[in-house]
Amino acid sequence: MATQSQKLPSGYEPPPKVIKPGHDLGTISDRLSAFVLRKRTPQWWLVGLSISFIFFMGFMLAAGYLLYWGVGVWGVNNPVGWGFAIVNLVWWIGIGHAGTLISAILLLFRQKWRTSISRFAEAMTLFAVACAGLFPILHTGRPWLAYWLLPYPNTMQMWPQFRSPLVWDVFAISTYGTVSLLFWYVGLIPDLGTLRDRTKKRFFQVIYGFLSLGWRGSAKHWQNYEMAYLLLAGLATPLVLSVHTVVSFDFAVSLIPGWHTTIFPPYFVAGAIYSGFAMVLTLAIPVRWFCKMEDFITMRHLHNMGKVMLATGLIVAYGYMMEAFMAWYSAAQYEVDMMRYRVFDGPYAHVYTMLILFNILIPQLLWSSKIRANVVMLWILSIVVNVGMWLERYVIVVTSLARDYMPSAWDTYGGTVWDYMLYFGTIGLFVTLVFLFIRVLPFISMSEIRHMWREQKHQGEA
Amino acid sequence: MQAKTQQTELFGLMAEFKDAESIIAAAEKVRRQGYRKVEGYSPMPVEELDHALGHSKSHVPKLVFLGGLLGCATGIGMQYWISAVDYPLNVGGRPLASWVSFIPVTFELTILFAAFAAVIGMIALNGLPSPYHPVFNVRRFQYASRDRFFLVVESADARFDRVETRRFLETLNPTGVHDVEP
Repeated sequence: MATQSQKLPSGYEPPPKVIKPGHDLGTISDRLSAFVLRKRTPQWWLVGLSISFIFFMGFMLAAGYLLYWGVGVWGVNNPVGWGFAIVNLVWWIGIGHAGTLISAILLLFRQKWRTSISRFAEAMTLFAVACAGLFPILHTGRPWLAYWLLPYPNTMQMWPQFRSPLVWDVFAISTYGTVSLLFWYVGLIPDLGTLRDRTKKRFFQVIYGFLSLGWRGSAKHWQNYEMAYLLLAGLATPLVLSVHTVVSFDFAVSLIPGWHTTIFPPYFVAGAIYSGFAMVLTLAIPVRWFCKMEDFITMRHLHNMGKVMLATGLIVAYGYMMEAFMAWYSAAQYEVDMMRYRVFDGPYAHVYTMLILFNILIPQLLWSSKIRANVVMLWILSIVVNVGMWLERYVIVVTSLARDYMPSAWDTYGGTVWDYMLYFGTIGLFVTLVFLFIRVLPFISMSEIRHMWREQKHQGEA
Repeated sequence: MQAKTQQTELFGLMAEFKDAESIIAAAEKVRRQGYRKVEGYSPMPVEELDHALGHSKSHVPKLVFLGGLLGCATGIGMQYWISAVDYPLNVGGRPLASWVSFIPVTFELTILFAAFAAVIGMIALNGLPSPYHPVFNVRRFQYASRDRFFLVVESADARFDRVETRRFLETLNPTGVHDVEP
């Protein structure tokens, strides 16, 4: 490695390091646990938590109102029985995907830069899945009976219908949530041990000690741990791809024009990763700045995430092209008409235009390495992509349902104030959970950074 | 106080090292000396330490495989039994055991059971949760989760001798050798 670096051409600048030089094991542990162990809660944290908590209370209000009056308070009608609830479900699940992708798929591909952002992204996955799960449950109208979807020997002697994609969804999302939680917790165990040893307060010693299960970091511990972690990554990898595939089956298995297509599974997965990486950037850029973690979430991470966003964005663009192409190529009148309604002459045409602008055209700026090196630009782009992906789910769900086969059944749809309140409320819930998480747990994996530091040292980089 | 600790039985002796390379070298020497009940502690995984200590391969993969098989069997069995035996329901003339539509749930349960096997297997094989362990009695051991490396020779080892072993450990360039009380 050392000899290789001498042969590089003179104009070449080596890529930024994954960890900034000048750290050793001690400073890594101290810096990464400092934000959790500090006594005084910083002002920005309190302000941020308060704002997101107000949004969360909006969610509680909207949910309470919904439960009191029923789903009629939403904008859903016939034929658009799936409105914001499913749009938001698909959007949130998609956001969750980046977490597992970063921690599992990039681990298998030995992408060392994933280390700094994996814990953060995994937590994001958990919170996004929690937000996502709320919507179908509320959409049932009787959320207290949601457990009927599970196979359990009930008094009515009825079982779920296993030929229905909605039941597959229940299994897919609950498995995804559970495995993400396991993966996240296993990754946390050594770090909880560190916190137990570093904290001065008895109360926290007991809490962290309890959660760390008595982790000692013996060679045998690490050996089993590494193996379990690797296998979990291997298991989570097909899981990530399967979850959004199953979500897309909700649509693709139906016979509605614009839904009944084979492009849906890969197109949904790519879109999920796209929005997921956008959300990681949206959160990581401010957190990195506020918590002063520039040494560990370096420009290299932001660069790479920008590149992943660009690549998945192009796959999504391909998906849009294929939707239009297949509608034309199938020569099915209903498909062609739905596409025209969606893109040109329907009431949602402006949404489609915005979607192309936000998801395809503006993100092309990411080709420029100058833009990828500009933190503020990257942050703005990530928000643009998040909005664009939400519009995409909206277009998919609403336009197809609003016009199916019979003109007598056509109707238009728009969200009510309660729809919007519930949606922004879950964003509040999500950000609230992120704020709580970064205060009580190290949001960058200490043990993995130590591991990487050693490898970097061996390569003569540290 | 000093005299009292002298008489108590020890769990073992603990040598402290500054970096991974010294503990790997030390572990090799300790093994070569004939000690078998030796364990290393580090703040991050150090693969070479496993080899130096002569640890056998992890059993986690076998458990995960069994978990996966069990999940797969549970998934397909449950759906077959429910759809074809206990609650047969004719949906559009499809066969009762329409196994193709059972794939998603079977797949998810395979992953779910395998993941639980990985986590529970790892925790069980590591002997966790264990709130108490003698190594925690050493004050310096708190740095094992920060930046220090520790090698423990247990008194249960056949070759263990309180004085001899300590003298030997001191030749391995540790930053300190501590008594581990049980």
